[in-house]
Amino acid sequence: MWTPELSLALALAIPAIGGVAVALLGRQPNLREGATLVAAVLLALNVAYLVEVARGHPTLELATLAPGLHLVFRLEPLGAVFAAVASGLWIVNSLYSIGYMRGNNEKNQTRFYVCFCIAIGAAMGVALSGNLLTMFLFYEVLTLSTYPLVAHKGDANAKRGAAIYLSILLGTSIGLLLPAVIATHFLAGSTDFVAGGLLAINDVTPAIASVLLVLFAFGIGKAALMPVHPWLPNAMVAPTPVSALLHAVAVVKAGVFAMLKVGTYIFGPALIAAAPASDALAWIAAISIVLASVVAMTKDNLKARLAFSTVSQLSYVTLGVMLASPLAMLGGALQIVMHAWGKITLFMSAGAIYTATKKTEISQMAGLGRYMPWLFIAYTVGALSIIGLPPLGGTWPKLFLMQGAWESGHGLLIVALVASSILNVAYLLPVSARGFFAKPEEAGLKKKPPMFVILPPVITAAGVIVLFFLIGPLRDYLAPVFFSSSLAAEAAS
Amino acid sequence: MDMLASLLPAGAAVHAPALIVVVPLIAAAIAALMPRGPWAWGVTLVTAIVVAVLSLVLLGQVSTGGVISYAMGGWPPPWGIELRVDMLNVPLLLLVGIVGLLCVIYALPSVADEIGPRKEALFYSAFLVCFAGLLGVTITGDAFNVFVFLEISSISTYTIIAMGAAKDRRALTASYNYLVLGTIGATFFVIGVGFLYMATGTLNMADMAVILEANGHNRVTQAAFAFIVVGLGLKAAMFPLHVWLPNAYAFAPNFVTAFLASTATKVAFYALIRFVFSVFHPDVSFVSMSFTWLFAVVGVVAMMVASVQAVFQTDARRLLAYSSVAQVGYMMLGLGMGTAAGLSAGLLHLMNHALMKGALFMALGAFALNFGVRRVKDLAGLGQTMPASAMAFTVAGLSLVGVPLTVGFTSKWYLVTAALDRGWWWAVAALMISSLLALAYVARLLAAIWMETPPSHHGEIAKRRLAPWMVLAPMGILAVANVYFFFHADPLVGLARAAADAVMGGQ
Repeated sequence: MWTPELSLALALAIPAIGGVAVALLGRQPNLREGATLVAAVLLALNVAYLVEVARGHPTLELATLAPGLHLVFRLEPLGAVFAAVASGLWIVNSLYSIGYMRGNNEKNQTRFYVCFCIAIGAAMGVALSGNLLTMFLFYEVLTLSTYPLVAHKGDANAKRGAAIYLSILLGTSIGLLLPAVIATHFLAGSTDFVAGGLLAINDVTPAIASVLLVLFAFGIGKAALMPVHPWLPNAMVAPTPVSALLHAVAVVKAGVFAMLKVGTYIFGPALIAAAPASDALAWIAAISIVLASVVAMTKDNLKARLAFSTVSQLSYVTLGVMLASPLAMLGGALQIVMHAWGKITLFMSAGAIYTATKKTEISQMAGLGRYMPWLFIAYTVGALSIIGLPPLGGTWPKLFLMQGAWESGHGLLIVALVASSILNVAYLLPVSARGFFAKPEEAGLKKKPPMFVILPPVITAAGVIVLFFLIGPLRDYLAPVFFSSSLAAEAAS
Repeated sequence: MDMLASLLPAGAAVHAPALIVVVPLIAAAIAALMPRGPWAWGVTLVTAIVVAVLSLVLLGQVSTGGVISYAMGGWPPPWGIELRVDMLNVPLLLLVGIVGLLCVIYALPSVADEIGPRKEALFYSAFLVCFAGLLGVTITGDAFNVFVFLEISSISTYTIIAMGAAKDRRALTASYNYLVLGTIGATFFVIGVGFLYMATGTLNMADMAVILEANGHNRVTQAAFAFIVVGLGLKAAMFPLHVWLPNAYAFAPNFVTAFLASTATKVAFYALIRFVFSVFHPDVSFVSMSFTWLFAVVGVVAMMVASVQAVFQTDARRLLAYSSVAQVGYMMLGLGMGTAAGLSAGLLHLMNHALMKGALFMALGAFALNFGVRRVKDLAGLGQTMPASAMAFTVAGLSLVGVPLTVGFTSKWYLVTAALDRGWWWAVAALMISSLLALAYVARLLAAIWMETPPSHHGEIAKRRLAPWMVLAPMGILAVANVYFFFHADPLVGLARAAADAVMGGQ
């Protein structure tokens, strides 16, 4: 029987079985990549079904560790949307991985695809988790499973980057997030995600909530709030498909998704608004947004620039949570979706340029747009979406965030948002401009880049345009999470 | 459990408390007479199996029938020696029995490599004496008997540590150091017991507790408390009385280190709990003062200082030895909370730590067995040359850090919850900082194992060489147990809680 519960189990099982299949087929690369693609498509179909049934809140108990400690999946709209984004983009990214890994003759490809499957499975676990304990567990699995991917190249540089990656992510999660989780369990008697906010329902005082909020904000290192962001630029030593799917979508979005979920279901908007720390954290997020953009401008390496851009864009979600107004939180949730599609386009473009020309620095990219027009058009569309121009998906989160900032009486923060958009223009568009209008340094490209690395960014760029028009259904799907919970909290208080 | 009991010959179940000590003692004499090492090992293996079965039988009896009091030689307590099994010491018997069995399986290839063939039989004999001593300390209900068994186990421990000299002569000085300090500790302990005897006129611990409660405390009993805490603290490697431990662990034969790290300090810690909570009472003012101002403080200091020392070690076994001192600090902190939750968290960590350190030291032993490596930087590339042992090492190492999916996480969860319950935010912070330090030193080991390339001799990279299955199997079982008891934390948490309730009276 096909039930939502079975589907929840499958969301974890499909990547796991996919990983085993990939490992077993290691000697036949074509079959191995086939297994990855089949797993990706099945997972996406499964998640599509979950999106349909999310309103019924299907629940699946995975294990009971000890009395009061459960591993539980419980589906709700936010998680369904995150799962949909991650699993949908996994298909596109798998195609891209095949082109990239073969195009660059990377070693240890089987290990690469196995770790990828585990990482996606862990991202599903984060998305579907029904309590903080489950989320923490999959969050750590995600960290550990992506470590071999970051260190993939195995040279001194990759080792150094991976060491920083692991130490910051594990350090923040064990040093700050874990005590916050345990303290939540201690204060509330459980760690379940509850509409209206678990801590708010248990009458936790704003002072204690402040302490916990700070622990969560910096403990969820994957959200890359400054100053715990350095792991992200350092993770760029990984092959580009990893940067594209994991460090623009699955890993970083798992971080901000966790932040959003903690804000919505553990604290509740009312408690965040009452906690004195939320204002300070909103400002730290705003400073992160602007400062990371400024740093991005100084980077000549395209992937490094994109990484700092990601740091900046992630803080939009944290900002949305800290503003604690329904509109701002909705903006944060939409940012998870929109930024994922935009940024993966940019990363895949960077990787495609590298595959075709071995060029990594922006200053070397003069005139490349003439040889790869589709790729540079896709890049430009992605960049414009990140900047926030209509008719592209990235418009909506910025709009809602500005409205939310105004609504919650933080009008000054709008300045930061506008400044960031202007900075985005200044550091993203020169790549396109140089590609299309500058004179090429050398005569022509010798070999055409493989189809597999050009097509995926074009697909995601088209997706960015489609998402602009899908805002109605998306908004309606997510709205109950934020608007009804704030109503419930008001009714409770 | 009942099924196991029915398999034993009639009477064996009744006399299980005595047999669990007597069997290894007799076996020690038999092992010494064996002409060849492997035969002596066979005797040891049979003994360890018997002890493991007996410990399971005792667990079954205690959990269904309550406290067992066994009068040695038919002399009823408090005149005769009483063996007493309750929910506090049965987990320790189980731990020593089962981990001991796993260590013994592991011993054959490892000991054959490290101890000269002539001395092997004597080595196993000394080990069995130590085994009997540890079980005796755990099971006896008589204070002076604790001293006797403590000395039996200690003296044989000095011997088996010193037998590491076949590989590294520094084992001799390590053992000598331990002998001097261990003797001082034992002396302190016996002076404390003497004072208690003076004050109460009895040596039976349950009887002592009753008389102490009736008569109240005075300077003599206070002095007794101080002497006993120092004496047992030294055996348990309580900071700063731990100085004997790093060298002893670093230079002993690998099998001895694995066995001692997962049992010996644990048994001494148990004896400490027995005296502090059962003989004395946590409500007595100087005892409760010692919780906050002694045990919690030395616990936190150990967690910090020993962890930092571990980060900077060059010898892999010394590194883990300092980590052990830090982990004893966690247990001391749990004890120092003075609540049932804290004590049970400390006891849970005691059991979990045995699972971690057992697997870690066994893996280091396997590395030493195949490649003769002992320094951290020599671990380079073992992920490629010995993948199975390296995996076991990794799982146990992550458990030591407290990563979820391992029992280390469960330990940390209960310790932090207990600290919050006590309102000790500083203890939470200390636990987290210590975890991060653990991450730092474990990362050094894992980075060497997985991220470096194997050393090459004359341009030829070392080949893959798996450890013998007798080494891999027990190591693998312990590593799997680290994961299994995360998902099924109930049995261990239940044991720890029952143990704490047994001495705290469910407070």
